Amino acid sequence: MTQSIELKEDLSTRYVLRIADSCLILSQRLTEWCGHGPVLEEDIALSNIALDLLGQSRLLLTHAARLDGQNYDEDQMAFLRDERDFNNITLVELPRGDFAFTVLRNFMFSALAMQLWAQLKQSSDAGLAAIAEKSMKETRYHHEHSRDWLIRLGDGTAESAAKMQAALELAWPYVKEIFADDAIDAHAAQTGLGPRWSSLRDGWQKDMDDALAEAGLHQPKETPFLSTGKTGVHSEHMGFILAEMQHLQRAFPGATW
Amino acid sequence: MMTSAQTAADRARSVLATVMDPEVPVLSVCDLGIVREVTGDASGLSVVVTPTYSGCPATEVISESIRAALASAGFDQVSIEMRFSPAWTTDWISEEALAKLKDYGIAPPMRLDAAEAQPLRFQPRNVSCPRCSSSQTERLSAFGSTACKSLYRCKSCREPFEHFKPI
Repeated sequence: MTQSIELKEDLSTRYVLRIADSCLILSQRLTEWCGHGPVLEEDIALSNIALDLLGQSRLLLTHAARLDGQNYDEDQMAFLRDERDFNNITLVELPRGDFAFTVLRNFMFSALAMQLWAQLKQSSDAGLAAIAEKSMKETRYHHEHSRDWLIRLGDGTAESAAKMQAALELAWPYVKEIFADDAIDAHAAQTGLGPRWSSLRDGWQKDMDDALAEAGLHQPKETPFLSTGKTGVHSEHMGFILAEMQHLQRAFPGATW
Repeated sequence: MMTSAQTAADRARSVLATVMDPEVPVLSVCDLGIVREVTGDASGLSVVVTPTYSGCPATEVISESIRAALASAGFDQVSIEMRFSPAWTTDWISEEALAKLKDYGIAPPMRLDAAEAQPLRFQPRNVSCPRCSSSQTERLSAFGSTACKSLYRCKSCREPFEHFKPI
């Protein structure tokens, strides 16, 4: 188990991989907090959220492998794909940053996931619908946790508000990618597999507007920049995260404990 | 034939009632409501399990424990199916098991109401202390030592305690 595997360019598989890989990479980023949280409760909370996301990605990777039809298992999917074969949104691969950035990104992602799971529960793919139904229950807790912190820090001291606003400026250029449709979305909508992500924007934006208003934060202006992680072309951070995540299986093929 | 098949499945069910959750050892897999179906007989038994949390590390341990317990009771041919839909909910935990949880020192989950679509923040949070039964408690963290629990503190007896999250 050292050689890279390559998945087919199937549109349905890629649709599921966008979700699976986003959960997986965000989970990997959040585990960086384990043992480094600002207080014990938050250390535990971030690790728990990471664990839920890892669980969701395991189910989704297994499902994507089934659609791909080459008999790969979840471990091969996570540890043996090369960078270009990952379809996560760029936002989740950005470095973990400070606590403000971490909770903001968790809020942005869980708000997206809430919209997505709600739609996927009606997927024409029964397996995907079941995963969505299960994941929705977990995501509600992630959403509540990150929203609470977003508001507490935004509506906190001058320093915490400044850090929260700075986090927002850093993350915002990566929002456009999330809702940029392509052939994968069109195919999913057509087959009933799942919604076009662009159709999730209004619900997501409302959630965001409400939270930002309560937190006293301002949504940054949209920039011309368009990130492209979900098409497989990633930021400069992705190689490093894969190097860390995949190192053990690449160096010691099939290692278990 | 019908009768003996039922008997074997019933016997298997009583074996499963002795398989404890590794994280909450006062509850069996049946108490938790994760065993959904037991069918077949000694020549081939099929068990349907619905996991609690997708990332719960105990899931694999539970499957192994189920297999081991059934094997020692003479069920060698066991297939375990993981079923994700309908998703597991704390409403599947039996009344008797909720009492066991409280005795063990974990505040049991309240029953989910129909308002699950509501944000969690608007749900009642009057979790009573499993030690002194006071309702004067506060939540320290929505997340705890395992995926299924959150951390609370009793303002009356000052003891910290865990609460099994309703999900």
